[in-house]
Amino acid sequence: MIELYVLLGLMIAGAIIAIEVRNLLSAVVAVGIVGLALSIIFLLLKAPDVALTQIVVEIVAVILLIRATLHREIAQKSCGTRPFGAFMGILFLGLAVVAAIVTFSSGLSPFGEPLMTVSRFYPLNAIAGTGATNVVSSIILDYRAYDTLGEATVLFTAVIGVLTVMRSVGKKKEEDLQENHE
Amino acid sequence: MSKEHDRGMSVIVKTVTRLTVGLILLYGIYIILHGHLTPGGGFAGGVIIALAFINLDLAFGGSAAAKIFSKRNTGLVEALGAVMFLTLALLGMKYGGFFDNFLHPDGNPGQLVSAGIIPLENIAISLKVGAGLFGIFLTLIVLQKFESEKK
Amino acid sequence: MNAYMPYVLCMILFSIGIYAILSKRNIIKIILGVVIAEYAVNLFLVLVAYKVGGRSAIFSETQVILPESMVDPLPHALVLTSIVIGLATTAFLIALAIRLYGKYGTFDITRMRELRG
Repeated sequence: MIELYVLLGLMIAGAIIAIEVRNLLSAVVAVGIVGLALSIIFLLLKAPDVALTQIVVEIVAVILLIRATLHREIAQKSCGTRPFGAFMGILFLGLAVVAAIVTFSSGLSPFGEPLMTVSRFYPLNAIAGTGATNVVSSIILDYRAYDTLGEATVLFTAVIGVLTVMRSVGKKKEEDLQENHE
Repeated sequence: MSKEHDRGMSVIVKTVTRLTVGLILLYGIYIILHGHLTPGGGFAGGVIIALAFINLDLAFGGSAAAKIFSKRNTGLVEALGAVMFLTLALLGMKYGGFFDNFLHPDGNPGQLVSAGIIPLENIAISLKVGAGLFGIFLTLIVLQKFESEKK
Repeated sequence: MNAYMPYVLCMILFSIGIYAILSKRNIIKIILGVVIAEYAVNLFLVLVAYKVGGRSAIFSETQVILPESMVDPLPHALVLTSIVIGLATTAFLIALAIRLYGKYGTFDITRMRELRG
């Protein structure tokens, strides 16, 4: 599994660059690197559905970040750090890693040996129960369709939120467009 | 109208976009329809279809794709997806419960027409996700561009 | 210790995201921090699901695939929905950032506080 560690290292390096570089465009591109490396990791971990979704979602996210915010010339430079926040952040980082080492080595099953007490049911019964050969698809749309319903609700709320936040601008835009047209 | 032609990217980008947008759309539809057989499904396929329209919009500038899909139409398609998903869920109540797979015995596993309502739910989800994301894109980017041009 | 190394690296990635949220003054950098932390959470769930020598959770018509040899499909299903929700919330954060920029003319959150006070 050496390639997993290489890609994880690439992700961490990309994240650090994204956080610390001064040019905001470089930062967004670095986050794109993190997302694409994440997609390859999903592929290595035998999750092709998740890898496919991650790669397209990453592209949309990068397009949105670049086109929606960074065409303003003033916003090209980042504005530095807050000292207190940085101190708290480093403290949190240290505490979180220590807590992770302690907790993971005592409570979690080791990497590569999942417990699967609940989810053993799904691969055994997916074909007979739903007829779908893709087990993940049968889980999200049949066994656990409530999850998907909740996801649809959250997506709808987010779209409504975006429309509401941007609304007054939109109305002015339409009037301007009509005036220009006339 | 001449302003509309000046917008967007170079001739090379426009030509390549004209050739590939249909293929991207076709790939998205394939991913959706085979969601119960191969990796993919409604989420990935919906985002790919939204990406095809976003590609059109970025290459031709301004509101090229907004003519095909206005903001109002994206809202309609998204609501259609939500209603379709809920209708499928409620139809199951007649046969056994919310989200019951009532069409299940039709077709063999591995065939395109199989797995009961799962392909239909995939289509509903893809409509919802694709239209929702494209609506967000239109709101955030196309309208913003008008604002920056005005200033 | 080696058996837990991917989890620890994943936790470091999450901490980098949290550090960006806590310490940066530019609102775009804060959004990037949220995105990175979200990637780390998704990665953690998929790492937990991995089985050594496992196959992806898809049956085949032409090949016999034992259900016992598959990786855990349940976290994959959870992450699949989580990714799309993450994109929608990122878009919402971007919309908020654009509105704040329209109101204050800057992405610097400390200056926004001064203008309000």
